[in-house]
Amino acid sequence: MDAVDRRIIAATQGGLPLVPEPYHQVAEELGLTADEVMDRMRRMRYAGAIRRIAAIPHHYALGFKANGMSVWDVPDGMVDELGPAVGALDFVSHSYRRPRHPPDWPYNLFAMVHGRSRGEVEEKVAVIAELLGEANRGHRILYSTQVLKKTGLRLQA
Amino acid sequence: MDRVDRELVNRLQDGIEIEQRPFAPIARALDISEDEVVGRLERLVEDGYLSRFGPLYNADRMGGAVTLAALAVPPERMDEVAGLVNAHVEVSHNYARDHDVLNMWFVVSAEAPDRVDEVLEAIEKETGLAVYDMPKEREYYIGLRLAL
Repeated sequence: MDAVDRRIIAATQGGLPLVPEPYHQVAEELGLTADEVMDRMRRMRYAGAIRRIAAIPHHYALGFKANGMSVWDVPDGMVDELGPAVGALDFVSHSYRRPRHPPDWPYNLFAMVHGRSRGEVEEKVAVIAELLGEANRGHRILYSTQVLKKTGLRLQA
Repeated sequence: MDRVDRELVNRLQDGIEIEQRPFAPIARALDISEDEVVGRLERLVEDGYLSRFGPLYNADRMGGAVTLAALAVPPERMDEVAGLVNAHVEVSHNYARDHDVLNMWFVVSAEAPDRVDEVLEAIEKETGLAVYDMPKEREYYIGLRLAL
């Protein structure tokens, strides 16, 4: 990633211009050609620095007011097989394997579940439990009770 | 929000191609103009239904590092400890969560990988609490797909 990529990131991390040809407008702001902007962004996408170009919803405003961090204790030998299946459920927004910290924290699979209510989150967590079956040696749902800080990715140009 | 808005939000969460006129395919699919697509997206952002439309960047593929960390904070120290944790610019998110032991969860990200460890060490020193570091070892999925 070079200085030009960083300028493109700084110019687009808050969103693309909402016009029919957004890359032309970004290019104009940065003194580049639209092809150069698109080529560099495609390269970043290929390298994984851009996950996708998409609508980023505000789940709370859309009525999804309950978010539960479901955490699962899954045998180490099975988690990499089951994790992608959990991530593929359309109500799971993030799914990761993370290290355990026994005895306080035996959980190694994290799946963030969004619902309109806690009841809906619990129904969805039950679907995950069913999918995991015997591989689920214990789980919890942690609800956020307060947002203490929330800022976006901030990269300086 | 009408039916077309819901269609747009549902269909545009998975992502679109990087091309000269990226909104042309969705406009065709919904039988509306590209101008209407971008106009509706603009309104959805203004009304707060979308936080934005654009690239979702992955900080840890840009040479930086990210971790999720947790603390067991005595209830009477929540405000004080939140102040100490949030004072670090590298802390992007911090949530109070209802767990009997680990009740504060925060994300630390930095462009220099060593910096994340330095921040966690500083937080341990400043708060006197053990930090439970839980960097992701494997990512199975990330992204929101809300069905409206």
